[in-house]
Amino acid sequence: MATTAAPTFAPASAAPSESSGIWSWITTVDHKRIGVLYLYTALVFFAIGGVEAALMRWQLAQPNSRHVTAEFYNQLFTMHGTTMVFLAIMPLSAAFFNFLIPLQIGARDVAFPRLNAFSYWVYAFGGVFITLPILFSAAPNAGWFGYAPLTTIQFSGGLNIDFWVMGLQILGISSLAAAFNFITTIINMRAPGMTLMRMPIFTWMSFVVMFLLILAFPAVTIALVFLLFDRFFGTTFYSIAAGADPLLWQHLFWVFGHPEVYILILPAFGLVSEILPTYSRKPLFGYNVVIYSGIMIGVLGFGVWAHHMFAVGLGAVADTVFSLMTMLIAIPTGVKIFNWIATMWGGQIRFTTAMKFAIGLIALFTIGGISGVMHSSPPSDLQQTDTYFVVAHLHYVLYGGSIMGIFGGIYHYFPKITGRYMSEKLGSWHFWINFVAMNLTFFPMHFAGLLGMPRRIYSYDSGQGWDTFNMLSSIGAALLVVSSVIFAVNFIRSRKRGAKAPNDAWGAGTLEWSIPSPPPDYNFAQIPVVTSRYPLWDLKSPERTSGMAHSAPDETTITASHAVPVHEETQYKSARELGIPMPFPTAKPAVASLALVLAFSGLLFIHLGHVAVAIAISLSSLALFIGTLYAWLTSPLE
Amino acid sequence: MATAVAHESHEHVPHYTTTGLDHRKIGIWAFIGSECMLFAALISTYLIYKGRSITCPRPHEVCTAADGRVFQPILNIPVTSQSTFVLLMSSLAMVLALAAVENKGKPAPANPTLGYRILSSSKLWLGMTALLGATFLGYQAFEFTSFVNEGLTIHTNLFGSSFFTLTGTHGTHVTVGVLWLLTLLAIDFKRGLTPKDAILVDICALYWHFVDVVWIAIFTLVYLIR
Repeated sequence: MATTAAPTFAPASAAPSESSGIWSWITTVDHKRIGVLYLYTALVFFAIGGVEAALMRWQLAQPNSRHVTAEFYNQLFTMHGTTMVFLAIMPLSAAFFNFLIPLQIGARDVAFPRLNAFSYWVYAFGGVFITLPILFSAAPNAGWFGYAPLTTIQFSGGLNIDFWVMGLQILGISSLAAAFNFITTIINMRAPGMTLMRMPIFTWMSFVVMFLLILAFPAVTIALVFLLFDRFFGTTFYSIAAGADPLLWQHLFWVFGHPEVYILILPAFGLVSEILPTYSRKPLFGYNVVIYSGIMIGVLGFGVWAHHMFAVGLGAVADTVFSLMTMLIAIPTGVKIFNWIATMWGGQIRFTTAMKFAIGLIALFTIGGISGVMHSSPPSDLQQTDTYFVVAHLHYVLYGGSIMGIFGGIYHYFPKITGRYMSEKLGSWHFWINFVAMNLTFFPMHFAGLLGMPRRIYSYDSGQGWDTFNMLSSIGAALLVVSSVIFAVNFIRSRKRGAKAPNDAWGAGTLEWSIPSPPPDYNFAQIPVVTSRYPLWDLKSPERTSGMAHSAPDETTITASHAVPVHEETQYKSARELGIPMPFPTAKPAVASLALVLAFSGLLFIHLGHVAVAIAISLSSLALFIGTLYAWLTSPLE
Repeated sequence: MATAVAHESHEHVPHYTTTGLDHRKIGIWAFIGSECMLFAALISTYLIYKGRSITCPRPHEVCTAADGRVFQPILNIPVTSQSTFVLLMSSLAMVLALAAVENKGKPAPANPTLGYRILSSSKLWLGMTALLGATFLGYQAFEFTSFVNEGLTIHTNLFGSSFFTLTGTHGTHVTVGVLWLLTLLAIDFKRGLTPKDAILVDICALYWHFVDVVWIAIFTLVYLIR
């Protein structure tokens, strides 16, 4: 083993990772670099989804606007929803899954590094596949939920819906592959002593999300297969003339769609549960209860889907059951809110940008949660359904919840990812403008909705009491654009010019802060041995964790005093110097992903009337996919 | 495979997993969990649409079309019982294949009996499993062809759409399984599977048994229950 010390805290570019350059990014199987790829790609899609939203607010600012046509407006709201859900928030969460989970559990990589790269590339190519058509005004146009029979060929000719059906199918493959990978990673790659009940909450919430993904996605996969077959091969799943059930799609979609909501929010809950203890200088209040409530949200999430369907007339019994289940879910969610507040209570709070976003989440998500409980009552929901009230609710949950949490996570983990701090000054501007603008945009929608303004209309007449509220929302949206630009400037500048960050940039307690920023390829030169939930605080601030149980990894020796086997690693060495086997970089996952997306794309030619071309492209791409898969599986990992 | 290589060349790095199990074993279980939901969605749809078709033919009932043509019940339970038996026997062969690979390291008896030699041949049992799987697929091809000849296609009615999609998806899974088995067989011929490779056979076996179990559900719910 080499004994020469490499310079400490080397900047990102000098980190002795593999080579740099585009090829190294295409072939990377390092979970941290894949996490960074996810982060950048998802932020680009977040910007695209934001532009789509801004165009809609431009149109709706005043009554009777004709900036965009009704048809293009349909494409805008469909792609805004699809982009934000599948291409922005989920992958932003995935960025954190990738970057953080192995670091938090004390592992050197994920269980299947190449599958991880595959997940990313399928997402990236699938995202391009579903996004490009909007440049040609041929984007999906039936809403992010794509209700069949509306989306069958009878009512939606053209390629628009084809892009959506296949794009979602592709993105589903990416999410499922990632979920199998992280379930295995979390179950099987924890450092010695990292018991389940010592895992950081972010990893725990991700763990729950992975189960939601593998259990919820198959339902929408099948719904999409039916729709694909109906559109391309003439089956009758959604054909009312053949006796089909018009609610089949809605059931299958929402069986997936409601757990999907928790897939979007739980990672943000996890991030907030990392941020609050760090800046309150206190362990999380009720660690176990936060976990149990997260699991309970996940389980109950599968029993509430029909509250999206109260308006279809399911009958009193079904309405009652789903209504009660929905109200029930407010309990574990509320428990979490109180846990976070109690974490801050009596703490020595530092109001950093990340902390502000975390507190912002608590406040704004609570508002969204309360309007959510209002919807859970069918009589109330029947008044609100398909109005802007629902739009207000879901944005308080997804923007006020997920996005605020993710922004907090970015500010919190940026030093770990890049080795540099983001500017707190710009961050503060970002937060405050964002916070005000977010409320200005979405709060008036409650009133517009209660006054009867329907969702998804491209224009409206004046004199219905909606004008002022819409103008306010549009001003808010403009401010949101401003705050996002501030964020972008801060993000891009800080990568190279931010203040340098040490290992433990914020005085946090979990393992990822015990290694250099940015972490070396192998993460941990020495796999840590964990004796408590906040190993780094045991080392540096033992008074914070003195009340907690500590035990050696073999669980037989409970020590009264602090067992402190963790240490900080401050030196960069190459994996070779340390004799740590690293996976070989390989382009095979990227090639396989491209082949997969091409195989789907080929089907489009069926609707263009070139069946032979479709078969040729799809089969050759499929052959390339299978060939690459064989090459991938038969080549050694490391 | 890859981890085994790493294990040999880097003895000083302990190959540590939290549960002591191979990653691939946990991964395949997660995958199977997900597949359960996939088939649950397909089977539910079939059951929801059962009896809702407005045109002939029907699975279990004689059906008279609007033009007076009479359609016999479409499902041929005796033939499908045979294919079900074949698929179940393939699971037995799979168990023997895994056992043969796992036991390869053990010393052979001085005078191996014919029975011993048969039971310890991983090539035989991997090939047998693949062959039985392929036979099942042959039955399915025959079944699909005869249904089409009797007037049931994927376009005909809700029964046709949901039946062919459900059983076709299952058939696709069997096809993937057969290809997987043939790949293992090829590896066995090329370099010989050793007990270290048992995990490769093990995860394939888990997948194969799962596909079998799903067929038992399909056979019961689609074919046997009227």
